[in-house]
Amino acid sequence: MISRFLKSREALLAGAIVLLTVLIAIRFPAFVSAANLVRVFNDTSILIILALGQMMVILTRCIDLSMAANLALSGMVVAMLNAAIPGIPVPALIALAIAVGAILGAFNGIFVWKLDIPPIVVTLGTLTIFRGLVFVLSGGAWVNAHQMSDAFKAFPRAVFFGLPVLSWVAIFIVVLMTVLIGRTALGRAFYAVGGNPTAAVYTGIDVGRTRFVAFTLAGALAGLSGYLWISRYAVAYVDIAGGFELDIIAACVIGGISIAGGIGSVGGAVLGALFFGVIKNALPVVNISPFWQLAISGAAIIVAVAFNARAERRRGRIILRQSEAAS
Amino acid sequence: MLNSASPAIAQHASPSATQPLLTLDGVSKSFPGVRALSEVALDLYPGTVTALVGENGAGKSTLVKILTGIYQPDEGTITLAGEPVSFSTAYDAARAGITAIHQETVLFDELSVAENIYLGHAPRGPFGLIDWKRMNKDAAALLRRVGADIDPEARLRGLGIASKHLVAIARALSVEARIVIMDEPTAALSHKEINELYELVERLKAEGKAILFISHKFDEIFRIADRYTVFRDGECVGAGLIADTSHDELVHLMVGRSVDKIFPKTEAEIGEKVFTVSGYSHPTEFADIGFELRRGEILGFYGLVGAGRSELMQALFGITRPSRGAVRIDGEVAVIRSPAEAIRRGIVYVPEERGSQGAIAGLPIFQNVTLPSLGKTTRAGFLKLAEEFRLAREYTSRLELRAAALDRDIATLSGGNQQKVVIAKWLATKPKVIILDEPTKGIDIGSKAAVHEFMSELASEGLSIIMVSSEIPEVLGMADRVIVMREGRIVGEFAREGLDAETLVRAAAGIDKVQS
Repeated sequence: MISRFLKSREALLAGAIVLLTVLIAIRFPAFVSAANLVRVFNDTSILIILALGQMMVILTRCIDLSMAANLALSGMVVAMLNAAIPGIPVPALIALAIAVGAILGAFNGIFVWKLDIPPIVVTLGTLTIFRGLVFVLSGGAWVNAHQMSDAFKAFPRAVFFGLPVLSWVAIFIVVLMTVLIGRTALGRAFYAVGGNPTAAVYTGIDVGRTRFVAFTLAGALAGLSGYLWISRYAVAYVDIAGGFELDIIAACVIGGISIAGGIGSVGGAVLGALFFGVIKNALPVVNISPFWQLAISGAAIIVAVAFNARAERRRGRIILRQSEAAS
Repeated sequence: MLNSASPAIAQHASPSATQPLLTLDGVSKSFPGVRALSEVALDLYPGTVTALVGENGAGKSTLVKILTGIYQPDEGTITLAGEPVSFSTAYDAARAGITAIHQETVLFDELSVAENIYLGHAPRGPFGLIDWKRMNKDAAALLRRVGADIDPEARLRGLGIASKHLVAIARALSVEARIVIMDEPTAALSHKEINELYELVERLKAEGKAILFISHKFDEIFRIADRYTVFRDGECVGAGLIADTSHDELVHLMVGRSVDKIFPKTEAEIGEKVFTVSGYSHPTEFADIGFELRRGEILGFYGLVGAGRSELMQALFGITRPSRGAVRIDGEVAVIRSPAEAIRRGIVYVPEERGSQGAIAGLPIFQNVTLPSLGKTTRAGFLKLAEEFRLAREYTSRLELRAAALDRDIATLSGGNQQKVVIAKWLATKPKVIILDEPTKGIDIGSKAAVHEFMSELASEGLSIIMVSSEIPEVLGMADRVIVMREGRIVGEFAREGLDAETLVRAAAGIDKVQS
């Protein structure tokens, strides 16, 4: 069991993260101080939540390019509501953000399910539509920190047992997803639908409906992230989290979630996001220009994909060896 | 040396063709777990139509793929016009003048007819640009040669299947093919179109092409072929002149083998009606299907590829919708709208394509087994892994699955073992009726015997089995009753007693009763 874990992609990735951290720590010991590590994790929390949402979608052999736009729209809705009626309690706003996100996700899912449009096309369209709606809704205006209620801004920053609520939310989502993916029929259906859609049909799984559910859940997590992002940075505007959809997908890919569907784990997605988080936080410390940061992130993606492709090929060879032995 | 036609006989028989244009000798090809071709021999003579006959799985397609350079033989030689050749790519074979026309033409719908004909070898003008004028003119000339009234500038998409065949043949002529392989070219054609194709074959013959004609239809083999070669189980079991043979002899060669040894069917007690289908029709695939299935019975469905058997089973399983007809389970009318509903009603379907329709790679073996039975292993919405393991172990061990560990990826198993997992998966749902579509296609002899033994065992436990099979020995050996389908309709129903291979082949191919 342990030896198999050590050979797994997750172990490799965890090793890479530790190695990276150690290398940085050699020059900048302050990077590995407890306070800083908490900060890095907290910074990565939203990416972790979004990567887990994207992971469900990718597992079913789909992709959601609209998650960051969904985040911006759900975030803007609650930010404006909070600015207009400060009396609404924060939990109600969080629930609203999740609901708005889920509806937007369901919108993607319906197109994929009922009209059979390729997910990349659907979400490319909704990405633009959602961003457009943020503009329509806000008229292009910002919602600034002073317009938001104190409770609205304070919630993600409140510290319990040494960790901010934002981090606790991420940890809660990780636990929730571990159970959902590993211990429910729905989670199993995600793998079946992505691993072999035709076989899934013969097994009595409704492929379209399963994909719809994946999109809706991913949307709900994007909605939750919308509130978290806007309250944490205390500002809402049209371009918020612009381009972040690619970071989400990159985290999944680095974490070993196969773009072809059916392969991936919660641990992988979390580690992929953390790897991304460490690079983003460490490179400025080591005084590397932001342009190099992009290049390094990109290189990490390609290396990760190359590793996964090699692992797949090796699996192919095992099949041949075994059937040769059998015949 | 196998008993294929020796050159001496050929000289004697066909004065126009003294030497074979193409000779295959001792050609073998194996795939993991299957020996597809075993030291086969084949001679093709210029100006001669050679029919290649054999059951499904006899190795005909593998041979075509070797001739067209898609597969490379493991051993054996190919001699073309006296020179030994080897084709490492499809391009090599095409350049050597070998071209194949398939059942479903492999052409490009969005290109024009002329582009399809000249793709890859279009006439070039100055600067290496395509000379469109000449290409269209030459294409028109080729189309006239094959007797096709088709505009070379028309888009291929708009053409019917017969016209597409003609385009494919024109393409064959454009590359100056010397050898034309036709793989069931009449399978999708109407009566009139078939006659036009025969005329074309005659014309190609007159031009001195060597033609390899693959067909299941005996009447057309006897009408247009000059020679024949029969394959069975990847071996060449006979060859000669059509004039010297008869329907009966060819059928014998195709199917002749001892049945009892391989198929351990034990008698099971046949009980009450479980499953009744009546007036079952589909707009395009099948019509007026009616049959009943009893407890403990194995009902065989035999027919040629494309007879509509799998399509019927998919409709019964709720994947496609019938247009008319009723299904009764235990006497109660059942409307099955989805596979999930079929499974709930106790009907399961083990599909033909294990790879694309059965096993889910990436999921461990035990999860593949429990996928349709997750309801049983769920407590309060959560899956119990221990329970899943128990269920998977129970059913895989009944199938004597040799697997190191049930939590390994199913992709690490051999084809035969994957088939066992897929069957175990369905048994775990405790069905009443199990539909097995080509249950032993492409698996090795050992696994085959295990699957057959297991089918007998299931029947004796009271399960009703529908077995779709294109392998005659399997049908004769395993089925209590056999229904033969042709062109989407039931054309015969036979009891096990006294049923022989000839009867089945005649019914499936639509050959009239005993001719002598």
